[in-house]
Amino acid sequence: MKRLREHYGDTPLHLLAHLAALALAGFAVLQLVGSRAVGNIALWFLGAVILHDFLLLPFYAGIDRVGSRLARSVRAVNYLRVPLALSALLLLVYFPVILSRSTSTLDGVSGAQHSGFLGRWLLVTAALFVVSAVLYVVRGRRAAA
Amino acid sequence: MNLARLFPATAPPGPFRPGFFKSPLRGPWLTAILGSLLLVAMTIVALTGFLSHAAYMPDLGRNAIVPAGADLPLTFGWPLHPSWLYALNQGLHVTLGIIVIPLVLAKLWSVIPRLFAWPPVATPAMAIERLAIGLLVSSAVFQLATGVADAQNYYLFKFNFVVAHYYGAIVFVASMAVHVIVKMPVVLRAYSERGVLAPLRDDLAHTVPEPRDEDGLVAAEPAAPSITRRGLLGLVGAGSGLLLVATAGQTIGGPLRRLAFLAPRAEQPGSGPNAFQVNKTAMGAGIKPKMTGADYRLTVGLGNRTQAFSREDLLGMPQRTETLPIACVEGWSTTQTWTGVPLAELARVAGATGARAVLVESLQPAGILNQATLSRDQFSDDRALLALKVNGADLSLDHGYPARIIVPALPGVHNTKWVKALTFESKA
Repeated sequence: MKRLREHYGDTPLHLLAHLAALALAGFAVLQLVGSRAVGNIALWFLGAVILHDFLLLPFYAGIDRVGSRLARSVRAVNYLRVPLALSALLLLVYFPVILSRSTSTLDGVSGAQHSGFLGRWLLVTAALFVVSAVLYVVRGRRAAA
Repeated sequence: MNLARLFPATAPPGPFRPGFFKSPLRGPWLTAILGSLLLVAMTIVALTGFLSHAAYMPDLGRNAIVPAGADLPLTFGWPLHPSWLYALNQGLHVTLGIIVIPLVLAKLWSVIPRLFAWPPVATPAMAIERLAIGLLVSSAVFQLATGVADAQNYYLFKFNFVVAHYYGAIVFVASMAVHVIVKMPVVLRAYSERGVLAPLRDDLAHTVPEPRDEDGLVAAEPAAPSITRRGLLGLVGAGSGLLLVATAGQTIGGPLRRLAFLAPRAEQPGSGPNAFQVNKTAMGAGIKPKMTGADYRLTVGLGNRTQAFSREDLLGMPQRTETLPIACVEGWSTTQTWTGVPLAELARVAGATGARAVLVESLQPAGILNQATLSRDQFSDDRALLALKVNGADLSLDHGYPARIIVPALPGVHNTKWVKALTFESKA
């Protein structure tokens, strides 16, 4: 046991748990190998994490850092940061309908008209900034009083 | 075994250097609280996902989309009570899967310094753990991205969504389980040292970095805080809340449907008794007018014996009215009042009350979902209908005229539309 710890670097449970998990994951990957467009699955599997870790996260963290530096006060930062983050989150999740990437497919299968997503997203974005601005002014007055 | 020798002792410049990541909020407690919330949410999302797989009854007929016998042996007879069971299951799966996204983003943000740990591996244990973490993050982002894309019918991918999402879920569950086992002691230590909720009470003046940790989450050269920890969690919560409002109405219906401002299937098509969501139009399914005209006959068979019924014949049989939901795998649902012949009555007419299952085939010429097999429990339930009318009017062509299946708690697409044949499978 002590030797395992020395050579492996952690507890036996750590090793057993990982071997079990990797074997189960291996089963799933093996089933996928014969399925349609397995290369495309691999591309999405790796692409998704690369897009997040090396593009999305540095992008929003960078904007946040620059924005924080430009802001007049620490107090002001969050009144900009929060509505911007919420609006960006909606766009991140729903960009296929907001930017009409998939609305024609939806129209085709459902027979209903899918429109107005971009407009509604802009209205909600406007509302978020209005609420934030009102809170900024009201709380600023209260702090000054 | 010291693998650190494989790498230069000094970290390359950039994110590998201590001091690169500045946020004073990162630390074991923040990651623990985000991880704990995520554990609860993801467990429900994963569980409802596997339940949905079981609800398709992949062991029957040609129901399996994931190749038969190549799935986990976790399927069972899907219950028929309550009738909104599948609507609830899918509403939870899709809505929770969407509102969990800000939490996932925050969790990944909180541990990003670990991606750039130096040396990248020091022991075999660290190597195998990093492999498992790689699978966890990849599968989590893959599952969320493909699920969100599919719910919006955004088919940027070339693979079969069901197959990839099913096996992706297995990779996710395996890697999440091992991650929870390995990290639970770190989580419990963070809670015992800092308290479970105590750090949420700190205002900005008291928002100081946690003590330096061995995992290197805590910034070596922290910047001054610009948001509190409760502020960050509040932002995550607000994001989830906003996504909930934007989405949930397509499942819950009623006045909330109008509130679901970004849900892809919240639109109410037209007006009248047939004005509710269509999964696939007759035109999209390749249904031609002459298929459903006066020459239409429903074939009901058991073995070699078959009988044919016109729509008038079916309207002359005992009728029953039931209020039942259609719930799509994509998360939207709609409850309507259906009238038609009980499937149990058709089984009786066919002399097939003891049949093991019934194969339902559609006039729809192509597609893997132009047929579905129902179990005996399903076709013998009193509320299971071959519906001819909805809300008192004839079914519209888009809703399956001349006749469609409607069974309680059945996944939406298995409520086959434009039914042309019911073939009962005898016991043997």
